[in-house]
Amino acid sequence: MTEFKPTILAFCCNWCSYAGADLAGVNRLQMPPNVHVIRVMCSASVKPEYVFKAISQGVDGVLVLGCHIGDCHYLTGNHRTAKRIPVTKKILHDVGIDDRRVRLDWVSAAEGEKFQQVIIEFVAEIKTLGPNPQREVNM
Amino acid sequence: MMVRIGVFICHCGHNIASAVDVEEVVEYAKTLPWVAHAGHNLYSCSEEGLGSIKRSITENKLDRVVVAACTPRTHEPLFRRACEQAGINKYLFEFVNIREHCSWIHAKEPKEATEKAKKLVAMGVAKAALLKPQTESEAGVIPTAVVIGGGISGLVAAASLVEQGIETHLVEQTDRLGGLLCDITTIGPEGRHARTLVKDVVQKLEASPKTHIHRKARVSDVKGFIGSFEVTIEGCDGPTKVPAGAIIVATGTREFAPTGEYGFGEHPQVITQLELERKLAMGEKPKRVVFITCVGSRQPGREYCSRVCCNVTLKNALALSKASPDSRIRVIHRDIMSSGSAAEKLYKETSDSGVRFLRYGLERPPEVVSDGDRVNVIVYDETLDEVVSLDADLVVLAVPMLPPDDSEVTGKLLKVPRDKFGFFLEAHVKLRPVEFATDGVFICGSARWPVNARECIWQGMAAAAKASIPIKEGKVVIQAITAEVDPEKCAACGNCVLACPYEAIEIVDQDGNRAAKVNEAQCKGCGTCVAACHNDAVSQKGFTSGQLGAMIDALVKASLEGSR
Repeated sequence: MTEFKPTILAFCCNWCSYAGADLAGVNRLQMPPNVHVIRVMCSASVKPEYVFKAISQGVDGVLVLGCHIGDCHYLTGNHRTAKRIPVTKKILHDVGIDDRRVRLDWVSAAEGEKFQQVIIEFVAEIKTLGPNPQREVNM
Repeated sequence: MMVRIGVFICHCGHNIASAVDVEEVVEYAKTLPWVAHAGHNLYSCSEEGLGSIKRSITENKLDRVVVAACTPRTHEPLFRRACEQAGINKYLFEFVNIREHCSWIHAKEPKEATEKAKKLVAMGVAKAALLKPQTESEAGVIPTAVVIGGGISGLVAAASLVEQGIETHLVEQTDRLGGLLCDITTIGPEGRHARTLVKDVVQKLEASPKTHIHRKARVSDVKGFIGSFEVTIEGCDGPTKVPAGAIIVATGTREFAPTGEYGFGEHPQVITQLELERKLAMGEKPKRVVFITCVGSRQPGREYCSRVCCNVTLKNALALSKASPDSRIRVIHRDIMSSGSAAEKLYKETSDSGVRFLRYGLERPPEVVSDGDRVNVIVYDETLDEVVSLDADLVVLAVPMLPPDDSEVTGKLLKVPRDKFGFFLEAHVKLRPVEFATDGVFICGSARWPVNARECIWQGMAAAAKASIPIKEGKVVIQAITAEVDPEKCAACGNCVLACPYEAIEIVDQDGNRAAKVNEAQCKGCGTCVAACHNDAVSQKGFTSGQLGAMIDALVKASLEGSR
């Protein structure tokens, strides 16, 4: 059997977590190459539908990263993210998908190391979970 | 739909090309749907790189452009401008980050990095195919500026603004202007009188009818955005709401109180540098003085070098050494950071004048012992390899500068980031100095990082120059990333109205049909309303669910190809 290489999607908000990912790059912090970033302006604009779409098509894991609570560039946008993503996870769980495939976390523009740590941890977690069963259906 | 996408992969010298096989990505891009041309540049952002992109747009009749290079956060405006110059609407440009998000973080995995770059390019191309041309709208700018902080940086910034004829409100917490300079005798290395400097700037400010100085006041609320902020200034006579086009943060710094260190707070002879300045200002000339530098800085928990303390130590050591021929001035330091040729000269002059320098390491810091009237500093001398005891009338601790206590509050009010020590973070040290990533808010002086008076003045002027640009232009461009509502799909449920952090959406009656409507001038383009809508009636320009969905599809498809 060939080694499982997870395909992971990350939604990063423009102001904090995308900038944190940039900072990780500037500091040459090495991390596994499985994560593909989609830039959005605010984590609150991430629809649950995007997460469902990715997971149902076989993406092995989805990260939603935003600014820390209190630091949102759009005042209270991430308060909504903080409520929406747990609900998204619950729906996934209810339809029989391991909700550990979705992770919400906060990474500030100054936290390159935190970004690296989140990526390393999440990739490791997804590797232990194995391929998304939806892969069989779609990939 | 028939689109012609041009894809340009950047080598960024070795930065990308050392990990990503650029030619392989180019060949891959050629196989993607809608791609009419794919090429590569050594440096896409150079004159030559931009020129070749523009030429290619004309030659290949391209109507969409994808550049895979560094980060949109710094370089997007540059490439958008190039597209515009070549006749393509700048919103038909898509940026793919294969440097910060790929080559730099997978430096030792060239194969994986190349595969990832291909997927990221595929995602960018998929989004680009669905981009739509947009028109930017404009908003007016209130020709007034607010400067927070009446230290030297804020004073200079305000003076420079009123000099340009801009109405300026200066908000100072205390009742005196000049900040830390009020407590300082002279400014090194030239020895300029601090108070004269402050007086000159204040006089200039007060002479202008455009100046409004708010003493014993603080900013309690900030609403709005570039061009039309509303700043609430809480003063002695209650709150005043000031409309402003730009805001400058000059909240300065404060001295660290080294309580418990080297007997500070216990022996009256142990004081900080600022307290010494006050003594010097009163004409005191202590003869036996020991300076200790890096007290509370460059150690775990507060790792930074405060930059100004070495020069202040040198300046005061030299002044005391010159003041009386029988003085005994000793400087116990970890390293002397006298950056700049003038400061280097000051260091040499100080050591020539008879001031003795002893180096200490963190593993063996000096000790201060007191027998009532006198204090002794016991220190291990690295050069002599023995412990020496220095008697002193005064021990002066060079302590680091800290951000003001309320910098967290200021940061939250203005929605601007701070680093882990609490200093403010500007948008980009090299590309956008003195600017915050938040448009219309600027930063200068020691609130950003400890700087000396001269640098405060430069930065104050720089921030004023930047702040005056939108005010003088009289208009700002609103990025076309605002939300829009499809009234056909809208059920007028009001979810988006509640979700919007800017109160930019309202339910209106249009020909008997109730639907949500976005006020473009108020919309900041966060997209919160998009996810709040149950009917997919709201979308954000440049981030539509179609575009993001296409990116997900492209990732799935590219991963499928990669896994076989």
